[in-house]
Order: sequence, then C-alpha cells, then structure tokens
Amino acid sequence: MTTLQQAPPAAEPAAPVPDDAGRPTRRIFFLIVLAVASAILIYPFVWLVSASLKPRDRTFSDPFLPWPSPFQPENYISVWDAAPMLTWLVNTLIVGVVAALAVTLSSAFVAFGFAYFRFPGRGLLFASVLGTMMLPGAVTLVPTYLIWNSVGLTGTQVPLWAANLFGSAFYIFLLRQFLLGVPRYVFEAARVDGASYLDLFWRIALPLSRPALIIAFVFELKASWFDLMKPLIYLQDPALYTLPRGLKAVVDQFYQGGDPKWEIVLAASVITTLPLIAIFFLGQRYFLQGIATTGQRG
Amino acid sequence: MKAALSRPETRWAYVFVLPWVVGLLLFQLGPMIASLVLSFTDYDLISPPRFTGLDNYATMAQDPKVIRAIGNTLFYTVLHVPLSIGLALGLALILNRITGRAAGVFRTIFYLPSMTPHVAVGVLFLFLLNGQVGMVNQFLALFGVQGPQWTSDPDWMLAGIVLMSLWNLGSTTIILFAALRNVPRELSEAAMIDGASTWQRFRSITLPMIGGALFFVVIVNTIASLQMFDQVYTMYFGNTQAQNSSGDAALFYVIYLFQQAFQYLHMGYASALAWVLFLVIAIITVIQVKVGNRLVYYEAEERSR
Repeated sequence: MTTLQQAPPAAEPAAPVPDDAGRPTRRIFFLIVLAVASAILIYPFVWLVSASLKPRDRTFSDPFLPWPSPFQPENYISVWDAAPMLTWLVNTLIVGVVAALAVTLSSAFVAFGFAYFRFPGRGLLFASVLGTMMLPGAVTLVPTYLIWNSVGLTGTQVPLWAANLFGSAFYIFLLRQFLLGVPRYVFEAARVDGASYLDLFWRIALPLSRPALIIAFVFELKASWFDLMKPLIYLQDPALYTLPRGLKAVVDQFYQGGDPKWEIVLAASVITTLPLIAIFFLGQRYFLQGIATTGQRG
Repeated sequence: MKAALSRPETRWAYVFVLPWVVGLLLFQLGPMIASLVLSFTDYDLISPPRFTGLDNYATMAQDPKVIRAIGNTLFYTVLHVPLSIGLALGLALILNRITGRAAGVFRTIFYLPSMTPHVAVGVLFLFLLNGQVGMVNQFLALFGVQGPQWTSDPDWMLAGIVLMSLWNLGSTTIILFAALRNVPRELSEAAMIDGASTWQRFRSITLPMIGGALFFVVIVNTIASLQMFDQVYTMYFGNTQAQNSSGDAALFYVIYLFQQAFQYLHMGYASALAWVLFLVIAIITVIQVKVGNRLVYYEAEERSR
C-alpha cells in the first residue's frame, strides 16, 4: 500500500552515494543535462514574474528576455485595487493554519492510540485507516455538501477545515509509523512515575514526533493553499475567498471575460504563488523528506 | 475479550481513536453510503429525493458528455502517466550519478513547480500555450515550427494539458531518487566487476530494487490523473464565455461531475457519476495490492512488526 521505507522519517538515507568523480567528462555531461532540465522547469516562473512587471501591450513580447522591459511595477498597485488580494491572502493564511493545526493534532492523537495501545478491534480500525487512504474525494463530494448544507454552514469557511478535526488517514499512518520507532520503555518509565495517558501523549509522544508533525503541518498547509474545489463549492461571498478561488475569479473577469487586463491576472498569480514558495524554502527539509520517505505526491 | 474491554487502558485506547471513528462515520463511510443511495434517486436540493432505480446509471451510459469526459480523462491519463514517470525516472537516475551539494540543489529546483498552486499553474499555461503569442509557440518558431493552437483547437487542447502536466514531475522525481539512493552500491559494483553493461545493471539490479517506489508512483499518478480538476477547470471552465468556446474538448470526468452537482444541482446523477469513479479507482487499488504484493518487497513491513 505504501512505500514508507524508514519508520522514523528523520534522516536522509545515509547510504554511500554513487560517485562519478573519477570520470570528470561524464560528470560534466550529467550536470549539463540537469542544468538544461532546471532551466526548462524554472523559466516559466521567470516569465511569469517578468511579464507581471510589464505593460499590457508588451505581455507577450520578448518571451526569452528574462527581465521586464519596459519595467512597470505599477501593476502590483493596480492589482490590489482591482481585487481584494490582501483579504484573500489573510483568509488563505487563517484557513491554512487552522486546517493544518487541526489535522496535525488530531492525527497525532489518533496515531498515538494506534501505536501505544493494544485493544479489541485495533486491526480492523487500522485497516479502515489504510482503506480510506486512496478514497477519491469526488465520491463523498455531494453528501458532504448535503451535511454542511443541512447545518447551515455552506457559505462559510468552516467546511474548508472542519473535517480535519478528525484526523486524516495519511498523517495518522505517518505518525503511527514514527511513534512505533519510539522505544516502549520511554513510555513505561513515565507510567511508573505516575504519568497519565494524556501526559504520555502530550509530554512524550508529541515532542518526540516533532519532525513528523512538521511534515504533516507543511503538507496540509500546502494542500489547503492549493484547494480550489471546496472554496468553489462552499464560498459565495468574495470577501471570504481564499487565494486560489480569488485568482479563479480574477481570471474569469480579466482573462476570459470581456475586460482583458493580463497584467492584473499575472500579478495576482505571482501573489498567489510567492508566499507558498517562501514557505517551501523555510520548510524545505521537511517537504523533501516527507516526499522522499513517504511517497506522498505533491 | 470482556476483561480487556473493562480495563481502563482499553477505555483510554478508544478515547484516542475516537476522533478517527467519528470522522470515518461522518465524512467517509456515511457519505459513501449516502451517495450510493442518492445515486438511485433524482434529487435537486429543493424537492425531496425521488427514487428512480437505475435510471441515473442508464442515463450515464447514453450521455454523450459522459462518454466524451471518460475518453478525455483516459487519453490524458494514458499520456501523462508514462511520460511524466519516464522523464522523472530519467532525471532521478542522472541525479543519482552526481555527488554532493549539486544533487540537493537540483532536487529543490525540480520540486519548485510542484509548489505552485494549481490555479496559478492553469493561469500560467493559458499564457504560455497561447497559440498566437504564447512562449511555447514562439520557442517552436525559433526552429521554424508552426505550433498548434494549444488552447483553442479541440484537437490540441488535451495535448496542451499533458504538456502542462509534465511541468509537475518534481515529487515523482524525488520519490524515485530516494529509492535509488537506497539501492546498495555493492550490488552494482559487483555486477560491474563481472562485466555487466550499464543497461544490464539497470535492468537486473536497479529496476527490481526500486520496483516498489516505481509501482507506487504509477498508481498514485494514475489515480490523481483520473481526478484531474483544478488546472483544467481554471483554464477552460467556470466562465460561460470560456466554456462555450472550449466545448467538450477539455471536459474531464470530475469537472463534469462537479458541473452536474453544483451547477445543475443534479445531485442524484452526480452521485452515480461519483460511484462509477469510485469503483474504477477501487479496482485499480485492488490490482495494486494483488500485483504489488507479488512483485514488491516492502522494507517497512519487515521493520514495523
């Protein structure tokens, strides 16, 4: 089902790395191939940022010139006037942090239950965790909407994060694997000293699983930042939009609509993307480890 | 059993797993059963659901849009999965041959596109793939090639979407690279001493050793491709003008499901669409478990027991 290759995803594989240092020409050839691939993958970003800083009638001109000419940074002033970007950015941050905190804590709580205790029904319940991991979100789309509709919470941001309070299969699995790597005597010693089960979770399991918690947090923050479907379904009021939903509205108005303002669309795209790239560089280690050790798709 | 249930330790165990059980019933199992039931009804949110038996499934089989959406989705999946994994494997193999800091830097660069929100990816490629003035066609023009109308010619729109999807091969590359680094180097060296060629070493040592990871990315990429929504919806749907001009050339299965549910409020029909998708994905997962257990050696299972 999964390719969890190391129980605690703490360390990079320490295996010796194949080395072609003895054959410098081959190494140079490999480096050139990788550099070309990098250039192809990076250049769309360069174009995006550059085009967002140009006047509208020059958007498509000189596509291979990496810097904007002529330079028109005023686009970034117009975009705040054309759309409530700041509101959307704040909404995205709040929803993202709440969603990520909720799923991280609840998943850790459940994972501790699976990792520490033996109880009747554990195998079956854990099978249900594994079983829902591949469950396509589309199957539950309609009934989930009906649930939120019946309690009058459509049109609010609650459906964007509330389901996260109950843990998520993937993170439960990740954290359980991590906690299984903690020697049992660590917990038993605390029990002898009179710690309650909640103490074990809060004071031992949580601090010890910090790397896995951060992986769960950054992945969920990213997932929430990417989410288009739920905001499309649940949000009507533009004041509640998150950035992806807002950017979709900007595209509909200024690219597809009868009012072409490409520079606005491009600047809004940059504003939607850059904070996440910044978060990526801060938490790079955890993103890359998370993917490498768990096989989670980005 | 009874003794175990009455122990305080057991009661605490249930306290810890309770959130999962509630969430499972409320947001997974409950909705799944509800959508199965709804799929046999006609329900528009306003009047109560009306039981219609298998009508929705019969309609599906004759709905030209369903057939078009399935065709488009499969076409995309069949192109995207092998192309993206092939390219990612190539990059991972090369990454694995260089040493030191460079590999880490390239790995980061390859992952960057995967940090771009899907809506922004869709927007970016609307510009890049523009038939008249987009960068892709201007690049092709440098070689005297007249590029197609990627975003408006119905024969080329899916190809454009596949091209866009190849930009996001970073996480697949990282998974395969991590798997490659776990291949013991002695094996390859021993084979080299025995005179095995590069291809023989790849075929008989590397490929079997990374089989698990390779298998995993094939399955996960396939399931994700079958559920493609964000980028394509951003590019061609939601706005009536764009929707009319694109016709059904970019209609993907989940986009059609979404339209049926939330634009036309055909909740029963959308549920039927959802269940068919679920069955297809379930079958793929079963095949994965069956074939995977036979082919693949999982280190984790050995360790966690």
